[in-house]
Amino acid sequence: MDTYTKKIREIAKDLLASQKVDRVIGFEMGTIPMAARPVSIESENDAEKLVFNSLCAMNLANYIRKPKGTIAVIAKGCDSRNMVNHVVEHQVDRENLVIIGVPCHGMVDKSQLALEVEGEITAYDEEGQTLKITTAQGELTFEKQDFLKDNCRLCQHRNPVIHDYMAGDPVTEQELEDPFADVNEIEAMSQEAKSTLFEDLTKNCIRCYACRNACPLCFCPTCFVDESSPQWVGKSQNKTDVDTFHFLRAFHCAGRCTDCGACVEACPMDIDVRKFTRKLIKDSYEMFGWEAGLDISKRPPLDTFNPADPDDFIM
Amino acid sequence: MGNLLEHMGVEKDRIHFSWISSAEATKFVDVVKEISDKVRALGPNTKLKKIYS
Repeated sequence: MDTYTKKIREIAKDLLASQKVDRVIGFEMGTIPMAARPVSIESENDAEKLVFNSLCAMNLANYIRKPKGTIAVIAKGCDSRNMVNHVVEHQVDRENLVIIGVPCHGMVDKSQLALEVEGEITAYDEEGQTLKITTAQGELTFEKQDFLKDNCRLCQHRNPVIHDYMAGDPVTEQELEDPFADVNEIEAMSQEAKSTLFEDLTKNCIRCYACRNACPLCFCPTCFVDESSPQWVGKSQNKTDVDTFHFLRAFHCAGRCTDCGACVEACPMDIDVRKFTRKLIKDSYEMFGWEAGLDISKRPPLDTFNPADPDDFIM
Repeated sequence: MGNLLEHMGVEKDRIHFSWISSAEATKFVDVVKEISDKVRALGPNTKLKKIYS
């Protein structure tokens, strides 16, 4: 993806030099190997900091709300859908936003990769679809395709849905036989098995709220978990409180989640919180024929009324 | 919401949605009866229940 990095730097430099934007939000390499972090640059000299590789899994749509001035932002397919969400939900004006679209080949699941190597990873590099990992034992190469994040495997919108600039040629979208195989699998389980699955899923949760903070959909001035009057949910490590938090957090994303995977990426305990949101994505698709963030002119299904809305659950 | 709760393993019959006007007293009674019958059949809830100890 080095061509992407080059192109992104060029576009950023040009935008900042011509003062078309006040700042560019993108990714730079972190201080430890295998970490890319968001960065905001205001000077064209800093454009060299910008990178784009398979580690840029965080969603930059999180940094574009209510901007001061005009901003440019790097967007993968999923991120661009969240930017559409933001415009639809009046969090940013389209005129204040310059989107540098990046056709995405999928992001790498770092924790899965870490399981494959022994010892600490000291350096990381990638060339096309090959990942090069350096550890104390030496250099190892892996195929990127084998270490894609789960949500990237199921992604059907790799190309940005809106963009002002493109950092590369569009990639072919994946054709999936059954995009909801993972949800169907859980749905086929018994009540008890489902219950056990979700109880096990959240048992390591430390309530750090990283999933919420990483999520571009979570922008309430006061989150329901932080409120103390009234206190909607207990703040303890009690299992019921933990599950209530996860259930409600997920439900707030109904009809809005783009499956960008930022929540899972941010989780320090490697909890697959997508297990909750995936069901909601399937439901909104089946009940409302809706996929979030594809059309800037449409209101989301939970925001509108249509006499044809399914209502068989009302007694 | 009911769907997600069911997905997490909470029995579907525990959560009900209904639209009842303040003038529909009999409908209210009927719905409450139906709900309590369904929930009674399921027995006590064990999911998402906070136990203080």
